[in-house]
This record gives sequence, structure tokens and C-alpha cells, in this order.
Amino acid sequence: MKARAFDYIRPATVAEALAAFAEAEGDASYIAGGQSLIPALALRLQAPARLIDIGHIAALRGIAVEDGWLRLGALTRHVEAHDHPLIAVHAPLLALAAPYVAHPAIRNRGTLGGSVALADPASEFPAMMLAMAAEIEIVGAEGTRRVPADAFFQDLYQTALEPGELLAALHIPVARPEQRCAFDEIARRRGDYALVGCGIRLTMPRDRVEEAHIAFLAVGPTPMRAPAAEAALIGARLDAEAIRRAQAALARDLDPPEDGEVPPAMRLHLARVLLGRLLGRLQDQIAEAA
Amino acid sequence: MSAPLPVTLTVNGETLSHLIEPRETLADFLRRDLGLTGTHTGCEMGVCGACLVMLDGVPVHACLIFAVQAAGADIATVEGLTESAAVADLQRAFHERNALQCGFCTPGMLITAQGLLARTSVPSRAEIRDALSGNYCRCTGYEAIVDAIETVAHKRAAGEAAPRFTEEPA
Ligand SMILES: Cc1cc2nc3c(=O)[nH]c(=O)nc-3n(C[C@H](O)[C@H](O)[C@H](O)COP(=O)(O)OP(=O)(O)OC[C@H]3O[C@@H](n4cnc5c(N)ncnc54)[C@H](O)[C@@H]3O)c2cc1C
Ligand code: FES
Ligand code: FES
Repeated sequence: MKARAFDYIRPATVAEALAAFAEAEGDASYIAGGQSLIPALALRLQAPARLIDIGHIAALRGIAVEDGWLRLGALTRHVEAHDHPLIAVHAPLLALAAPYVAHPAIRNRGTLGGSVALADPASEFPAMMLAMAAEIEIVGAEGTRRVPADAFFQDLYQTALEPGELLAALHIPVARPEQRCAFDEIARRRGDYALVGCGIRLTMPRDRVEEAHIAFLAVGPTPMRAPAAEAALIGARLDAEAIRRAQAALARDLDPPEDGEVPPAMRLHLARVLLGRLLGRLQDQIAEAA
Repeated sequence: MSAPLPVTLTVNGETLSHLIEPRETLADFLRRDLGLTGTHTGCEMGVCGACLVMLDGVPVHACLIFAVQAAGADIATVEGLTESAAVADLQRAFHERNALQCGFCTPGMLITAQGLLARTSVPSRAEIRDALSGNYCRCTGYEAIVDAIETVAHKRAAGEAAPRFTEEPA
């Protein structure tokens, strides 16, 4: 239960970090909050020869609004998603999901960049990137690029990040007044990874759904959008009939894998229950606001 | 290159410089190198909460941070919080309410409680339970721990200073 020996480097800049990785010829790992990596090292699931601590790189920090986008530096901690006023206003789904991520002490160290880079399909924040139509800023030897969340998550633990590249920041289009969102999950115990979780963002300029983003966690190899359920809502009023249609459509979106924890049919059922619960909650909010 | 590195950090108010192997966790450094065995290790993977310490004023798992990462940081262990009497009222309430049996989980419980009360002055019982979701106790059944934390929350909110803990409550 102890990590294998490694050498430790604490670069001050992105350029130094990229150079330290290149020098290690692939046998290196970046460490941010360490809340996923250190257990993996202790269990010797991973044993890189070099650990590059990116936790002190100023360019990877900061929370700011620029031109209609909220920019969250990769090192933004889970606890800030929970507490930061700019996140509460401009990316409410992150604030809604944060209390469900692990436990308070883990949220004090875990970073949003680490969570999204790891891309655990059972994690809350990666799925919220899909629900918020976020873009992920990546920096590497070739320079910087921005990848939409839909293209970022590719397969189990596989993202658009190439070896040695750093996730620099998350860019989130600021929430608009005509958007409503909701998050919830079903877990055996609070703080445990969820059996299924879901974040929704509906754009409703008047009383009909103009745009729908529905993202699930823990239902497949990546965080997943639910395009058929989304399509079932477009143009509709959010009423019981529309909600039933969206729930029925989920069978076309999700095909949960066999994983020994719960049978795929049960996971799909739980996803339907959760979707109905969240859309019902939004329906109530709309009724109250009217 | 995995040779020990010089690290300077503050532990319980004292600034120390040590040579530390990069793979040594903060928990092992505190326990083995400094003899501060109040920080317990159970699972060593972030699940049980026995190893919690304060890092720059907030609770973190000492098993989920390498000591070299803590260079420049200000650490407080349960020993430091006891000596400064910062948690004396919590210790007294735990004692009075029998919120510990074997005591293995207690240092972590105290750190979680201290962190919670710093953020939320009078948390609800549900909020207390939520904050304790990462602290395992195999003895008490948690009810007494929630009671003790709730009592202290109300006392602190009413402006009662933390009385120094003594073995025999007066
Ligand atoms: C007991 C326990 C319970 C947990 N429960 C949950 C939960 O319910 N939900 C949940 O979502 N998470 C949970 N977590 C995981 C936690 O949220 C992690 O903090 C998070 O997944 C990773 O963030 P980190 O900063 O700690 O990353 P690290 O552990 O430092 O890194 C994780 C991986 O990402 C890479 N990486 C990190 N930052 C970058 C970057 N900027 N660019 C490129 N690569 C990078 C690292 O190389 C590593 O491979 C739990 C963890 C524990 C120990
Ligand atoms: S020893 Fe750190 S959480 Fe269990
Ligand atoms: S008192 Fe024994 S584990 Fe809590």
C-alpha cells in the first residue's frame, strides 16, 4: 500500500512542466490535487518514474468571466465549485453537483482539471461539462487548442488529451436567464460514487423548450449526452406527456454495460427515474415562476 | 533522482526542515519522522478519514498528499489543535457524550468537526452527517458524534469560549 519510488518535480510554468514530461520519455505523471492519482500509486495501479506537480503553476489558476465565457483554471478546486460566487451565478450546474463529489476533505484538494482530465465516467464534473456545453483548453508542445466537451470524452478514461499535454482551463458559456438547470444522483451512500447521476440544462426563452442538454454519469464508458431524450423535449412544453416521452426515449440513448454492481436493466431504470424526477423538478420551478 | 529532497514546512506552529523521500506520504512523515502518532492511518486511500489534518486551515487527508507536496504549507495535527486548545470544547463534548469508544477515528472526527464549524457556524444534523460521510467509525454508530458536534456548534454560536480539556471534567 505504498507508492513505488519516483522523482518529484515542481515546475513554476507550463513550459517547464511540458519539458519535464518530455524529458521523462513517457514515464511520468502530472499530479494536481492527487485525490485520484495517489490512491492509484498506493495500489501500484500506476508507477511512473517521475511525478510532475502542477499545483504551483499560476497560469493554471484563476476564475474569471471573459466575453460571455467563464474561465476556470485547471487547478480550481472542488470546494470552489461549491462556494465561489462566480461559479454559482455563471455555472450553476457545477455548484449543484459539487456537494455530491466525494467528501469535504477531498473537495479541499481535488481539482476540476484533474477530474475532467481523468474522465472517470462515474464522476460528476466531466458529465457537467457536457450538460453545460463547455470547451476544454489544452496546452502542449504544439500550442493551445480548445475542444468542445462533446469531442473531449472519447472512451473509457480516454480523452482528447495527448500524452504529455496539460488541461489548462475549462471554458463555460455563462448561464443565461432563460436557462434552467437541475442535478441529482442516486448513490448507495452520500459521498459514494453514484449508481447513476444526471445534469440537465434547458433553454426556454418562452414556455417551450428551445434547446436541451441532458448528460448522464455512470451509465457507460464515458459521461454521456442523451440525444433522443433531448429531441423528445425540443419544441414541447415541459408537461407530464413530454417528460414521459423523454423517459421512454432514454432506451435509445443508453446501453449501460454489465459491471457486476447492478444489472444494466436496473441502471437504465434508475436513469429513467432520475430523469423524470429532475424534469418534474424543473416543471415545478416553471410553475412557481409563472 | 528519487533521492530525498529538502523540504521546509510548518507543523503545529514550528517551522521544520527535513530530507524527505518523495514517495513518503504526509501521514507517514508525521507519524514516523516526527512521532506525531495522533494522525492515524487506516485505509491509506482516502476512504476512512482517520488521517485528516489541517493544511493551511482546511481539512485534508494526510494519506492523499506526499510530504514533499506540503513544502511551504502550514500543517496542524490533532496534537497541535489539542495543545492550542482550539478543539478543547469538542474534546470535552466527545468525552461527555461518549462519542468515542476505541478512539481510532477520533482525531479525524475532530478535524472534520473543526473544519465544518469554521465553514458553517450552526450546521443542521443532516449537514453534520454529510460532513462526516468521509469519516468511518466502527464503534459508536455516529449518533453520539453528531450530538457532540451539534452541542459545540450551539455553544460556540452563543459565544462560549473553548474551555481547556482536562482528563476529569469538573
Ligand atoms: C474516497 C474518494 C471518493 C471520491 N469520490 C468521488 C466522487 O464521488 N465523484 C468524483 O467525481 N470524484 C470522486 N473522487 C475523486 C476526486 O474527485 C479527485 O480529486 C478527482 O477525480 C481528480 O482530481 P485531482 O486534482 O485530485 O487529480 P489527480 O489525482 O492529481 O490527477 C488525476 C489524473 O488526472 C491527471 N491530471 C490532473 N490534472 C491534470 C491537468 N491539468 N492536465 C492533464 N492531466 C491532469 C493526472 O495525471 C492523473 O492521471 C473521490 C476520491 C476519493 C479518494
Ligand atoms: S488513512 Fe487516510 S483516509 Fe484512511
Ligand atoms: S470510536 Fe472506534 S472507530 Fe470510532
